[in-house]
Amino acid sequence: MSPQMIDRVWQALLDTLFMVGVSAGIAVLAGIPLALFLVTSGPHGIFPAPRAHKLVGTLVNGFRAVPFIVLLVALIPFTRLVAGTTIGVWAAIVPLSVSATPFFARIAEVSLREVDAGLIEAAQSIGCRRRHILLHVLLPEALPGIVGGFTITVVSMIGASAMAGAVGAGGLGDVAIRYGYQRFDTTVMTAVIAILIALVCLVQFVGDAAMRRLRAR
Amino acid sequence: MAGLAFDTIRGPVRWVARGAAATAGPAARIATEKRAAGTVSFEGVSKTYRSASGAVQALDRIDLEVPAGTIFGIIGRSGAGKSSLLRTVNRLEDPTSGRVLVDGEPIAELDMAGLVALRRRIGMIFQHFNLLSAKTVRQNVALPLVVAGVPRAEIGTRVDEVLRLVGLEDKAETYPSRLSGGQKQRVGIARALVSNPEILLCDEATSALDPETTLAILRLLRDINRRLGITIILITHEMSVIREVCSNVVVLEQGRIAETGPVWRVFGSPEHPATRALLEPLIRGLPADLSARLQPHPAPGATAVLRITFSGQSTPDLASLAAAAPVRLLQAGIEQIQGHAVGRMLVAVGDAGPDAEARLRALGGEIERIGYVAADD
Ligand SMILES: Nc1ncnc2c1ncn2[C@@H]1O[C@H](COP(=O)(O)OP(=O)(O)O)[C@@H](O)[C@H]1O
Ligand SMILES: [Mg+2]
Repeated sequence: MSPQMIDRVWQALLDTLFMVGVSAGIAVLAGIPLALFLVTSGPHGIFPAPRAHKLVGTLVNGFRAVPFIVLLVALIPFTRLVAGTTIGVWAAIVPLSVSATPFFARIAEVSLREVDAGLIEAAQSIGCRRRHILLHVLLPEALPGIVGGFTITVVSMIGASAMAGAVGAGGLGDVAIRYGYQRFDTTVMTAVIAILIALVCLVQFVGDAAMRRLRAR
Repeated sequence: MAGLAFDTIRGPVRWVARGAAATAGPAARIATEKRAAGTVSFEGVSKTYRSASGAVQALDRIDLEVPAGTIFGIIGRSGAGKSSLLRTVNRLEDPTSGRVLVDGEPIAELDMAGLVALRRRIGMIFQHFNLLSAKTVRQNVALPLVVAGVPRAEIGTRVDEVLRLVGLEDKAETYPSRLSGGQKQRVGIARALVSNPEILLCDEATSALDPETTLAILRLLRDINRRLGITIILITHEMSVIREVCSNVVVLEQGRIAETGPVWRVFGSPEHPATRALLEPLIRGLPADLSARLQPHPAPGATAVLRITFSGQSTPDLASLAAAAPVRLLQAGIEQIQGHAVGRMLVAVGDAGPDAEARLRALGGEIERIGYVAADD
């Protein structure tokens, strides 16, 4: 590989890390409240709101049903509104976040639902208000599962970010397609694949380690 | 445990180290004043659960009074409504009709703040302990105070006190998953007691524990009741638990009260078939060889076999028994429940003259002739 190409791949790695990092952050900030809402607003939840529950549930399913590449294009007007542009890294972050949030929320929801109802009762019996139950029972008890779900989310976001090239956001996937595939540069293709594999392994390793630490208590 | 004494200073109960109490003054200081608070009344309480599969009436017009400072047992078959009844006391469940009063105050009318305040006066422990796995023992026990906004320093001392009370001061920084069942329940008790409740609800609190641990936990509960005057309402399926610690008991059957009263009376002379069925395991039947030889009618020179049932009204006086008639003891199972002798004896009365039995009858206890055995046996 030419030094130029190495530079390009390096820049692409940074772009990918930035896109995925920011989008993952947004997915957590938006996804956890969303998951808490989905868990607690059901008819037997601690904040019952059956209608809103159904509406949000449907919306989440809707977003999850749309393939990312379609979402990327379909969201262009929204992206322009939010990011002020429709090309570049920020233009990719909007659809990435929009796609990752419902995905992560559903996974986090499963972990939150697995929290033993007896713990919520015990909390009520000692005079916890509902916000205390969120803070002291649901979130900490579900944390190992949520961390595991976050790992899965980040890994699938790394995959999805390969399509960000479609809006000129760059990133590893973009380099692989433009140079590796379209210009038959096998070395670039191999290098990018190796970097992606290493990246995914690293994310998985860190996620698993964190989860193991939490579960060991 | 051993190093502790209890001391009531107006209002909340405080624990003080025995050393401090001993130097502070006479034994009277250590003695605990029983508090009047802690009464629970159920007035026509009914509960119907509605679900997709139909309605289930779990409670049917329950009227019951739990006096302050008692240990009140709730027994009944599985599904009889025991948990439903207990859970109306801290409003984990709301009655469909009727009302529950705590210290004379109807709890249905409480708003959220009132309910939270009520729950801080009522501790609860559970069969599966329900401890938070992500928090240490100390954090679990502290939680009721943390959410009540008690200052940090105060929480620390208070948590230390209750951990000492339940004998777990050395496990404060451990996570619950590293504790045995008995230790977990002690943490549960500590958490329930940390805000000085006047009532403690126990839903099958010893059902997941082995017999030895059960006994230790029961002793702890009895201790707490005696020294702090806390009313304890407990559900159990182990009759021995009731016999061991309760003063009163209510038997539920299909959501209704089958019978209720002091344990010695209910256990000594069970009236309702449901109670008898529950007590069955405690009652020793006839020995197999005896029942095989038992004949309904007296053969010449036969010995009468009598069953004498004591239901707490009198104490078997063996000397008078022997003086009244030539009796031979075949089997006996008499226990003291709250100072009342309860149980039965099986005796063979030789030379069953008509007045021998009358003389035995005069000694108290209910006599029943269950048959005869041949004299040469
Ligand atoms: N949340 C609930 N929803 C529907 N039915 C319930 C619920 N809780 C209890 N029941 C029913 O009410 C009856 C009494 O239950 P419960 O009070 O738990 O009995 P116990 O504690 O004596 O075993 C049972 O028939 C049970 O199936
Ligand atoms: Mg039950």
